Amino acid sequence: MDGLELYVRMCFLRHFEDRVDVLYRRGLIHGPVHLGLGQEAIAVGAASVLRPGDCSLGTYRGHAHALARGAPPDAVLAELLGRAGGICQGKGGSMHITSVEHGYFGSYAIVGAHLPIACGLAWAAKIRRTEAVTVCFFGDGTTNIGAFHEAVNLAAVWRLPVVFVCENNWYMEYTPIADVIPVALPAADRAAAYGLDRVVVDGNDVTAVRRVVGDAVTAARSGEGPSLVEAQTYRLKGHSAADAGAYRPAAEVTLWRERDPLLRVRAALTAAGANESALDEIDSRTRSDVADLARQVLGRPVPEPSGAWTDVWSDGSWQWRN
Amino acid sequence: MAELTYRQAVAAALAQEMARDDRVVLLGEDVVSGGVFKTTAGLREKFGADRVWNTPISEQAIAGAAMGAAMGGLRPVAEIMFADFYATCWDQVVNEIAKVRYMTGGQVRLPLVLRGANGSGGLGFGSQHGQSVENWAMCVPGLKIVSPAGPAEAFGLLSAAIRDDDPVLVFEHKALYGRREEVPEGEHVLPLGRARTVRAGGDVTLVGLSITVGTCLAAADELASHGLAADVLDLRTLVPLDAAAVLASVRRTGRLVVVEENPGQLGWGAAIAAIAAEEAFSDLAAPVTRVSGGNVPLPVAASLEAEVDVSAARVVAAARAVLNYR
Repeated sequence: MDGLELYVRMCFLRHFEDRVDVLYRRGLIHGPVHLGLGQEAIAVGAASVLRPGDCSLGTYRGHAHALARGAPPDAVLAELLGRAGGICQGKGGSMHITSVEHGYFGSYAIVGAHLPIACGLAWAAKIRRTEAVTVCFFGDGTTNIGAFHEAVNLAAVWRLPVVFVCENNWYMEYTPIADVIPVALPAADRAAAYGLDRVVVDGNDVTAVRRVVGDAVTAARSGEGPSLVEAQTYRLKGHSAADAGAYRPAAEVTLWRERDPLLRVRAALTAAGANESALDEIDSRTRSDVADLARQVLGRPVPEPSGAWTDVWSDGSWQWRN
Repeated sequence: MAELTYRQAVAAALAQEMARDDRVVLLGEDVVSGGVFKTTAGLREKFGADRVWNTPISEQAIAGAAMGAAMGGLRPVAEIMFADFYATCWDQVVNEIAKVRYMTGGQVRLPLVLRGANGSGGLGFGSQHGQSVENWAMCVPGLKIVSPAGPAEAFGLLSAAIRDDDPVLVFEHKALYGRREEVPEGEHVLPLGRARTVRAGGDVTLVGLSITVGTCLAAADELASHGLAADVLDLRTLVPLDAAAVLASVRRTGRLVVVEENPGQLGWGAAIAAIAAEEAFSDLAAPVTRVSGGNVPLPVAASLEAEVDVSAARVVAAARAVLNYR
């Protein structure tokens, strides 16, 4: 995948999440929303090294990871806006965006819960000898919960084809991660406990993410077992769309704004000879395309209430008794 | 007919399903060596390392891996050694496994079984290894709940659970593992959601599950010696619940005693009682009565344990009270 394509994809995620932020502030989204603004290079870089049939999983901050695997943007927006045709039929919402068809096995809203689940997907691939790799994204705060340690340990003991990617944005919700870990780096400094290498990557550099996650995926695919990658990044907004992030020092925010992954990928492209105005053109067209998409999805009907009564069980029903 | 113990029936059902479908895989603590209750004895030797996997003591990893494996095309059977340990992986069970199909709008199905040793039965396992906890799971839509009362039931219901395309929690009773009984030869599968009339009678309905089916039968014997005929129902599964079988029996007898091993505070018996009260009110000749475990953590000394566990004598007393009700 060339640099321009990476830019196009990151640009789309940026404008998608910016639009979601606007829609949230207009009161058009039912329930909480956690934006991936500033973390686009990880979603796009990692997805770019995966094959169809590979699996990925994310957290409640998962829109970008679903879209990066190819989930249809209109169905994701419909889910966020509570309109018909939502990717989870209106039953998951922002925190549970899932597109199994595209290998994205879900967004999980209980911190750490999906790491053991990722182990299971990888275990199935190992037993079935499919060569599929599973990539599991989670935040820095996850490294303090038991499921993280149980899952990384199991993956290492069973040599599972799974890549754990910690998106270290330095904040556990509203608290600096440094306040709640006894080591400097939440994931990298825990890796040795599971016999894994200490892997750190600049998560705002999409090319570096591609290289490092790509190496880990290749190792997993060739039977060399799991990896734990710490991708260092920053949230450009608060924990959720309702949070202004005022607890963060202004100088820190300014510093990270200068490291914005979109600016970084643009700088790399222009240094390689790309035309600034062509990149601007992509940016403005993407912004208006996403705004058009939001208008179109808002015009759709709401889901039929009867939809609440389907799909508890595999036969489509909900009844628990006769 | 072959005679099997309950624990042998569990292993035989696992073997039957593993032979039938190579997607069926086992995981859990000590399962390679047969497990602490010997319910997976011989399976590693028979089916190989790819089918039987030892795990660390990591219930979250066990339950989560089972879920992921089910999404990845396998039909995993995970052992949670003691059902009390569900508390250590409850997030995986109730927030993830129970809900993922619904939350994703039906994008996945989870053909998985979580199984393990449940219940008191007077063995002295105490508060953290002796609880009956089916009712924990019954509050959560999306989980099927199976609780076999004997070897033939264990064989047939576990087989059905493994073939089911939804998550099923199978609660095996640790005090029944040594119970020996004839089990049908050949493939043996029982439907989920179908209660069993263990003994027919017209005077009072006794509803049990797992070990309390035996308690009800012992009570029925005692009542019979006084000329009173109890209709004894084994629910077999709490979800799906065969409420119709309970209601049909109550319409015949007009009297209902529900017998559950767990504390009664919010036991599954409360759901049965509510259904009978709402849907068979005019058929009832006496108040619905529940016999439950004591509303205390489970003590260990045999005299204390017997004080709070359900017993045939307590069931007989409850049945006599509803029979004498005016």
